[in-house]
Amino acid sequence: MDVQALKALNAARQARRAAILVTDLGDGDGRVILEGDKVDGLLGESVHAALRTGKSSTLEAEGRSYFLNVHLPPPRIVVIGAVHISQALARMAPVAGYDLTIIDPRTAFATGERFEGVDLVADWPEDVLKKRPLDAYTALAAVTHDPKIDDYAISEALRTGCFYVGALGSRKTHAKRVERLKEMGRSGEEIARIAAPIGLDIGASTPAEIALATLAQIVQAFRRRDLVSDLVTGE
Amino acid sequence: MTDLDTLDPLITAETWKNAGRDVAVATVIETWGSAPRQAGSHLVIDGEGNFEGSVSGGCVEGAVIAEALDVIASGQPKMLEFGVADETAWRVGLSCGGRIKVYLERLG
Repeated sequence: MDVQALKALNAARQARRAAILVTDLGDGDGRVILEGDKVDGLLGESVHAALRTGKSSTLEAEGRSYFLNVHLPPPRIVVIGAVHISQALARMAPVAGYDLTIIDPRTAFATGERFEGVDLVADWPEDVLKKRPLDAYTALAAVTHDPKIDDYAISEALRTGCFYVGALGSRKTHAKRVERLKEMGRSGEEIARIAAPIGLDIGASTPAEIALATLAQIVQAFRRRDLVSDLVTGE
Repeated sequence: MTDLDTLDPLITAETWKNAGRDVAVATVIETWGSAPRQAGSHLVIDGEGNFEGSVSGGCVEGAVIAEALDVIASGQPKMLEFGVADETAWRVGLSCGGRIKVYLERLG
């Protein structure tokens, strides 16, 4: 691989574009294929399959041996609520390889001081998500407890097929939320996808523990998702 | 992006190369049985043996780094295979019981 190929690959990865590095295992020649590039023949079929599955593998074609290294965009987390849990989650997510954005219109919570170095937007989800839409590579965690702030984002996450939708709140709180989401037009099937109470059941008690339980649940949802092909746009 | 970029071996490789350092890239090509890093995982090594990333749980990195210095010197890519730890190959064995194939090349 030459450094130009590496630069192209790194640029695609940083722009959240799916890319495949095809290495000729005979001479070491490396070539970067971006999602949407047209590739003919057996290699084209394998590229297509690799983008669907996200799995890297070798390919024998025309007497040569290739390695297809697939780089899908890292999943990201959008958190509704600049609360104590979010402060912990904002630190943990990058370690696990997830980009993270926090949205909260309450400027008393959403301060740069509380969230140093975090992608923080002090505005209403209704406004922010129009400019930065949710997608299938995104997990949404709603943790404000306030329907005025959480509900729209949860509804949008279900509508756009976020691979994870979690909402903080007791079972009683969630029952009321279910009713509101139905009024907003979400189906019972969609609503059943919401993880509530939020997080894997590890007996989490402190905000940091709840953040950890939530992150673990997000990883579980991503790794066990069965709609890989649907995650790839344009497929 | 965050300062966690420094943990990304391919970003590290680009940074090192830009700084004029010789760089070798090791890639897990295939795994059998229980292997800690999946195909596509990278370990990058510079001409002085500094490294970032991993191709196993730390079992065979030492051997890959040693080979990397040869690859940097010759420019010829190499395919390395590592299997289950046994008495004759204890230094480069995988204690997890898996087998892996690692492609090692110089960044040109």
